Amino acid sequence: MFPLRLRGLRWEAGGRTILDGLDLDLEAEGITILLGPNGAGKSVLLRTLCGLVEPQAGEIDWGGGGRPESGVAMVFQQPRMLRDSVCGNVELALLPMRLAGVERRQQALAVLERVGLAHRAADSARALSGGERQRLALARAWVTRPRLLLLDEPTASLDPSSVDAIERIVREIRTEGTRILMTTHNLGQATRLADDVVFIDAGRVCEHAPVQRFFARPASQAARLYIQGELPWRMAF
Amino acid sequence: MANGLLKFLGRAVCGVLAWASFAQAGETIVLASTTSTEQSGLFNFILPIFEKDSGIGVKVVALGTGQALDVGRRGDADVLLVHDRAAEDKFVQEGFGVDRRDVMYNDFVLVGPAADAAGVKGARDATDAFARIARKASPWVSRGDRSGTHAAELRFWGAAGVEPKGQPWYKEAGAGMGPTLNMAAGMGAYTLADRGTWASFKNRQDLAILYAGDSKLYNPYGVMLVNPARHPHVKKAAGERFIAWITSPEGRRAISAYKIGNEQLFYPLSR
Amino acid sequence: MNAFSLALSEAFALLAGFDHRVAEIVGLSLQVSGLAVLLGTLIGLPLGACLGVGRFPGRQLLVIALNGCMGLPSVVVGVVVYLLLSRSGPLGSMGLLYSPTAMVLAQTVLVAPLMAAIARQTIEDAWRDYEEEFRVLRLRWIDSVRVLLHDCRHSLLVAVLAGLGRAMSEVGAVMIVGGNIDRSTRTMTTAIALETSKGDLPLAVALGLVLLAVILVLNGLAFVVRQWAMRRYA
Repeated sequence: MFPLRLRGLRWEAGGRTILDGLDLDLEAEGITILLGPNGAGKSVLLRTLCGLVEPQAGEIDWGGGGRPESGVAMVFQQPRMLRDSVCGNVELALLPMRLAGVERRQQALAVLERVGLAHRAADSARALSGGERQRLALARAWVTRPRLLLLDEPTASLDPSSVDAIERIVREIRTEGTRILMTTHNLGQATRLADDVVFIDAGRVCEHAPVQRFFARPASQAARLYIQGELPWRMAF
Repeated sequence: MANGLLKFLGRAVCGVLAWASFAQAGETIVLASTTSTEQSGLFNFILPIFEKDSGIGVKVVALGTGQALDVGRRGDADVLLVHDRAAEDKFVQEGFGVDRRDVMYNDFVLVGPAADAAGVKGARDATDAFARIARKASPWVSRGDRSGTHAAELRFWGAAGVEPKGQPWYKEAGAGMGPTLNMAAGMGAYTLADRGTWASFKNRQDLAILYAGDSKLYNPYGVMLVNPARHPHVKKAAGERFIAWITSPEGRRAISAYKIGNEQLFYPLSR
Repeated sequence: MNAFSLALSEAFALLAGFDHRVAEIVGLSLQVSGLAVLLGTLIGLPLGACLGVGRFPGRQLLVIALNGCMGLPSVVVGVVVYLLLSRSGPLGSMGLLYSPTAMVLAQTVLVAPLMAAIARQTIEDAWRDYEEEFRVLRLRWIDSVRVLLHDCRHSLLVAVLAGLGRAMSEVGAVMIVGGNIDRSTRTMTTAIALETSKGDLPLAVALGLVLLAVILVLNGLAFVVRQWAMRRYA
């Protein structure tokens, strides 16, 4: 699947250009954080990669092959949970694999153990707190052992300890060999997690750089303004 | 998860199917008959006697005579007990029925509002009574459903030289005897009813028998077997046994014994 | 007013006295309608779910047809099933006419489209909510159907109750294919029709009140089950 190359992606909706000839290369390892103002095209880029959005122009080269049938997982900003147990929601992701019921349950419980939800496996998924729910969503995405995991603001509106738990899990997922591409508006989180940063503005990649370099010396004017605009907001805490 | 639900439903189906094994012990025949015989309560009285005697269950489907003959024509009944001689003969002639026998008779009665605006009470005979109603244009409710009673009513209009169809006072209910009586009671209209249904009818309101007793109001019932040559599934032996019983001395005794109040509703016909 | 109070007191007498004949009739009604609703559930809900999830040419037409079938007069269903089951009809050799089985079949034909139409709407709404998650998970559509049926089970109870209500209250279909045979195919509704035509209106209303009581009890039970299940799964 890697190196993954996006070339000239274009996507318009309702007269607005969301992706405007976007180019991006992703190597096989690490955590890449997508930064950029609201409406820059970050979410649409994630949706394009997981197949929900078909770009009107441009090409995606999945490491030489076509679009892989599996291997890409996604956690939405507001994950939808079935009216079922926590375990049942993880098992949902395993349905396409046609495993035996026992096998499915074992794998689901194993991944719930990893995200610290094993003790709640039998509880209703809709009774979880916001942080637990996000961890469950990560477990559901992780249980299929994806090569590429897409996270759309996984810690938005979570309290600090929940954010911490999520970040720990994200690192663990990376350690096990899953490539991670995530968006966030939390610049502190970006410095803590990222190997490299992709800065997007107006549907194009303005900058793709290692994380230290990006925050120390942003190359583009837009990125500089973005960091300055956001930092004081972080300081307020 | 979803599997559990499917399993549960599967088990539920099996369980209910087992519970609802609508099996009925012993042999049964389907008797297509008229609402008048069923609703008067006659069958509830005589059939248990036959069933005890023969061990054959009788399932009565009560319809108008025309419909009952249609059901027989399609082979959906084993025995018919109806009251429209002309139609019965035609049915037998066309090869749909065999072994037709007279069973019993009662009579039709002319009922209407007790005030009797048309003066039916003073009629010379039944035909005159119908003529008086037409002359006064008194409201009339007709069965209008090809039943035996409907056929009889049309014969009287014909005899009286009246073409009632389309007249403003003439309403066709297209319904059984009971609903027709309900309508007549509600509208204060005249109608022709068989004595059996009338006797067991409870919602009379202002209705009363205004004319009865003319021999032309004679209402004979006949029984016949649906032709097994045409419909091989017809339960020939059981059906023949029923026909033999209802025309036998015991059957005749049972019919005579059925009364509402002190009134005998049906009179057996000797062969 | 007098007739009405008479009907009320007769209804109470029927309920309190536990009349054996009435119990038999109520039992048959429950048996026939319950079985029809069960079959309707097994046919209608999956069918509705497939229409709610699937996207294929002609789907809109099917949905319109299904919604139209909700208003299908029971008499029409009765006549059609009658003609099918009649000895002179295509299924005549089975000899099912004028049997409870025939009534179950007719009522199934009556309630399955109704239940499918309600299920279609429910599942389609849920599908909109989950569509992106399911697509990313690459769920096969048949898995989506199964998962959504399970997920909407509490809401789908409405479809089941609607089916039960329609089955218990219809008279046209069971009258025609069942024949209203005493002690064999007489249900609550055909008994009511019979007593009405005999002019015994108080008894007819009393039976109607018994029917209403039975339906209320069933709905009450369903409500309790639903409450319990909702508490369990939020």
